[in-house]
Amino acid sequence: MFQLTKEPIDIQPLIDEVSHRNAGAVLTFLGTVRELTNGKRTVQLEYHAYESMAQKMLQRIGDEVQEKWPHVNIAITHRLGVLHISEVAVAIAVSSPHRKDAYDANAFAMERIKEMVPIWKKEHWDDGTSWIGDQQEKKGREEAAHG
Amino acid sequence: MVEILFFAWISDKTGESRIKVSVDGYSVQEVKSWVEQKYQLGTGALSKTMTAINEEFSENDDRVQHGDTLALIPPVSGG
Repeated sequence: MFQLTKEPIDIQPLIDEVSHRNAGAVLTFLGTVRELTNGKRTVQLEYHAYESMAQKMLQRIGDEVQEKWPHVNIAITHRLGVLHISEVAVAIAVSSPHRKDAYDANAFAMERIKEMVPIWKKEHWDDGTSWIGDQQEKKGREEAAHG
Repeated sequence: MVEILFFAWISDKTGESRIKVSVDGYSVQEVKSWVEQKYQLGTGALSKTMTAINEEFSENDDRVQHGDTLALIPPVSGG
C-alpha cells in the first residue's frame, strides 16, 4: 500500500497491511509536524505533490526495499494539504522476521522519500511563508542576480 | 506541443501550474532557459531544478517530444 491522502493518517491499516505470521517485528515511523525549528514557530504546514509521479515513486521505494530486504513488507502513506502541529505527515510501516532489517528498511525508505518523491512543504509562520527545500534554488537565483 | 508542469516556488513565481507550448525537440536545458526568460526568473534560476519527462527523472540533455509532459521539480521536502 503506497498512497497519498488528504485525510488524517490512521497507522492501523498500514500495520495490518504488513503484518503476517512470519513477522517477528513490525515497526512504524510517524513523521509529525514540529512547532519549533531553530527557534522559529511554525503555525501550520502545507504539503503539495506532483501526485501521479509521487505515487509512482512511493511504489518504486517499495520495490527498492523488496530488492534489498526480500523478507521485508512495507506500506507508506503521505499526507497532503494543510497540517497543524503534531499531525502526522508521513507514516511508514514495515515488518520483517527479525528487527534489524525492519529498522534498516524503515530508515532507508524515509531517506528515499526525502530524496526522490515530488512532494513540497510550505511552512507558515506568524510572519510569512516559505517553500522548504528551496535553499539550493535560492542560491541559484542569487547567483543569477549577481552574475 | 509539450506540457510543462510547475510546482512550489516555481508555480508561485510564474503564476502557472501547467502550460502547453511548442518546444518539441528542445533539450531539457533549452526548456529551462525558455521558462527562465519567459517568466523573467533570471538566467540560471532553474539550474538546480530537477526535471521529469512523463513522470521519470530526466537529465538536462534529454529531449522532449510532441505529447511529452515535462515537470520542473524544485528540491523536494516531503516527510
